[in-house]
Order: sequence, then C-alpha cells, then structure tokens
Amino acid sequence: MKSGSNLERVLSAGHFSVTAECGPPRGADPDVVREKAAYVKDNVDACNVTDNQTSVVRMSSLAGCMLVRETGVEPLIQMVVRDRNRIALQSDLLGASALGVRNLLCLSGDHQKFGDDPQAKNVFDIDSMQLIHMVKTMRDEGVFPSGEKLEGAPKFYIGCAVNPFADPYDIRVPRLKLKIDAGADFVQTQCIYNMETFIKYMEDAKKEGLHEKIKILAGVTPLKSAGMAKFMNRMVAGIDIPEAVIKRIADEPKEKQAEKGIEMCIEQIHELKEMEGIAGVHVMAIEWEEKLNEIIGGAGLLPRPVIE
Amino acid sequence: MITGTPKPIEELLEMLEPYENIIVAGCFGCVTVCRVGGDKEVQVLSSTLRLAREAKGKNLQIREVCLERQCDPEYLELMRPYLEEYQAVLSIACGAGIQFLAEKFSKTPILPGINTGFLGVTERQGEWTERCQGCGDCVLHLTGGICPVTRCAKSIFHGPCGGSVEGKCEISKDVKCGWQLIIDRLKSLDQMENYGKIKPYKGWDSSRDGGPRRILREDMI
Repeated sequence: MKSGSNLERVLSAGHFSVTAECGPPRGADPDVVREKAAYVKDNVDACNVTDNQTSVVRMSSLAGCMLVRETGVEPLIQMVVRDRNRIALQSDLLGASALGVRNLLCLSGDHQKFGDDPQAKNVFDIDSMQLIHMVKTMRDEGVFPSGEKLEGAPKFYIGCAVNPFADPYDIRVPRLKLKIDAGADFVQTQCIYNMETFIKYMEDAKKEGLHEKIKILAGVTPLKSAGMAKFMNRMVAGIDIPEAVIKRIADEPKEKQAEKGIEMCIEQIHELKEMEGIAGVHVMAIEWEEKLNEIIGGAGLLPRPVIE
Repeated sequence: MITGTPKPIEELLEMLEPYENIIVAGCFGCVTVCRVGGDKEVQVLSSTLRLAREAKGKNLQIREVCLERQCDPEYLELMRPYLEEYQAVLSIACGAGIQFLAEKFSKTPILPGINTGFLGVTERQGEWTERCQGCGDCVLHLTGGICPVTRCAKSIFHGPCGGSVEGKCEISKDVKCGWQLIIDRLKSLDQMENYGKIKPYKGWDSSRDGGPRRILREDMI
C-alpha cells in the first residue's frame, strides 16, 4: 500500500469505487461542511474537498478535510498550484499527511480571473504535473525535491484530473500518460456528458495500456434542469454537453427535470460500470449532496465495501 | 521591444499640480517604435498639458526633449547642463529609463508619463502583444519557439490545461491558448517527442523572483 487510504484499498481490491465531493463554504461556519458530509457518509469510499474552486475564496481544503473526517468520511484533499509556491505546497502536504489525510488530487486550478479577486497575483511556481512528481518524490524517496531528507515522508494516494473534452483532443491521452509517468495513482475525469467522445478517449487510452497503469474514475454530475445544462455548456470551459442530452432533459416539464437528471445520471453510471478500464465513478453532485444516496444506491453501488 | 501605454491626462495633471516649469522627456528607443514616448508624443503631450493647465488658469512652461535613449548614461548626461532650470521631469520612456533618470539626477523629481507594459511585438498598427517575460532561462528550442511562461495564462510547462477550448484560453476568447500554439508548431516541426517528457521544475531564481538582476559580461569590461 502506498498510502493505506480506504480509497486505495477499495481500488486495489478490484472494487468499482465511488467518490464524491464537498465544496467548503464561503465562510467560517463548520456546520455547512458537516451537513454536506452527513449526506456523503456511507455512500462513498472517499470525498474530495475542493480548493477554492473557480478561484472563489472558500474555507481551506485542509480544514474542510478535517471536518469531513470528523463526520466519518474519508477525505481527499484537492490542491491547486495557483495560490501557493513550492514552499507552501510542500508544507501543506506535510501538514495534511500529519493530520491523517491520505488521498490527494493535484490540480492547476482555475485562473483567478474567474473569482472575486481577479486582481490577485497568480503563482503557478510549479504546474500540476510537477506537483504530482513532487509528492511522489516525497512519498517514495523520503526526500524533499531539494534532496534534503524528510523527518517522516507524507503518505498519499496520488490523484490527478483529466478533461477528455478539452482541446486539442489528440494531446489528451498523451497528457494522461505524462501524469502517470509523473506518479499519479488514480485519475478523476471532468464531468462526462458526451459519452461518444469519452468512449473514444478510453479506447485511445487503452491502446496505450493506460487503464492498467492508473485507476480511472469517471466523473459525472447530475443535471438539475435544462437551464443548468445550457448554462454549463455555454459558460464552463471544457464542459461538453451534447444537444441530445440537453434535449432529453428539456423535453420534461420543469418540475420533473431534476428527477430526469438523476435518472440520466444513474443510467450513465450503469453504462460506465460496464466499460473496460473504468475503475470507479466520481459523482460531483454540486450543491446537491442530498441526492448522492439516491444516485449511488440507484446505480447499485451500495453498500460500499469495507476492506480492512 | 518594451511597450507601454499613455497615462490618463487627469493623472498627469494631478502629478504636475505643484510644478510650473518642467521638462517632458521622450526616448528614441522602444517607446518611439510603439508610439507612446517618442519625439512626436513629447510634442503632442506637451501641447495637451499646456492647454489643460491654461484652461485651469495656471501656466505650465515645458521644455520638450527627446533623448536617443534614456537607458544609457551618456544620453542622460546631455540633460545635465539645463536640468537645474526646471522643477521636474516628466519622462515618457519605459520604467527603466524613468528610473535611470531619477538615479542620475538626485535633486530633481522624475515623474512617469506612461505605464510601461511588456516585451512584445507589433501585430499591426495600434496592436501589440506580449512575447517574453525575461525569465532568464529560455526553453524556446523545446517548445516550438513559443514561450509557455508568457503565452500560457498559468505559465504551465505541461499544457494545455483543461480550460483550452478551440484554441482559446479559458481567460478570454481573445487570448490564444499558448499550449495549442506550441502543439500545433511542434507537430508542424515533427518534434512532438518534446511533448512527452516531464520537465524539471522551473528555476525562477533567474527571473525577477531571484531579486533585481544584473548581467555582468567580464569580456566587455
């Protein structure tokens, strides 16, 4: 075991794993996290805690992880390279590991332009690829990137993200390969709506044998309404929702669209479960955590396995 | 070249409020090429300032000067004989020139007349874009001649990030994705093998992060 995390144990045992995410609040109220975590509990193998997503200031990811764990859910800390240089990143990695966080997701982070502080200085001292490499070096070699020995190596199951729908497409699989080379153990994908593109992406990844080198968790986000689908498709960089998907939910009367969104999400998880090379699913029910049990249960993925 | 943009006239008038007798100093270097601080701009700016001050009923005497370069001491020295006759210098050279003036003439206030921009190129008349951040450790041979530090909004070394759509950066549809440009170029050069390697963490110590920089060429001293 590289980290001994629950997520690592479940995936290593060959189970189809489930992760979800909790976005910390825009404030210091810990109950917001506790309430979200209560919906997540028992439905997942680990729960991502986001790191100032869309560059909007929120409670720190590490604090969120502690609150999530307090509720009985295994946390997965997201770490972006936008706001911290390599000194701060290393320091936070040591701190997170010392506090018992065992899963990590290495990300670039959205540009600060999108948040409330577009005038902030961006850091990007190292990129997400290099963060993966840095954590692996610290974990496996017990040394800082500088070569200095660590007093206790951090233990993380190292994750990365990929967006199979961003451009240019032909660099997407080579970029996943690079992340594997850098040291990623698992990958969570961007929300998938365009199954056709995703199937092609998986075929290309499998040709390179990548599914055997990394655990691929397919990302899904249930649509709450046709409006949300149209908004995401138009406004969120790298999200691709085909017309047919939007039409399916738009054809429902407004009051039934949420229900349809959940039905479509469950259907999609069933489909993903059958795909070779998919090791699990990452359910991003954004501000809709109360539906996780229905979605994950509906997909036949409960109860979650317990592996000692 | 080093680019720049004119400061708003209101800001300049506020800056010049205490003075009645100044020099407006241009530069025949980069700022002439990007039409923000040359001979012509000295004339236009001086006329504008005089008229604006006249409208307020306050006189402003201006000596119009354009130096060959404000970043070389020998040209700055040309101002020394008459500098003391003036209360301040409004320089419309780049930040380097403005500061060099201030260093050389310790008793005269030196005021910035432009906002210095970036190391860039002329796309067409009236449009300039950034190409170089002067990071002190060039990797253009590996990236198809396109700089990831400058052209990628996140300065990442293994792009493009997930925010690249149809060749455009997530920050704006008006900004090309630097990594899309790099990949297109690597493909056309048949150098895609450069993409598949993990690059070492960049040493920013050769950039401004290492503190103010100095180039010392022993062979020239």
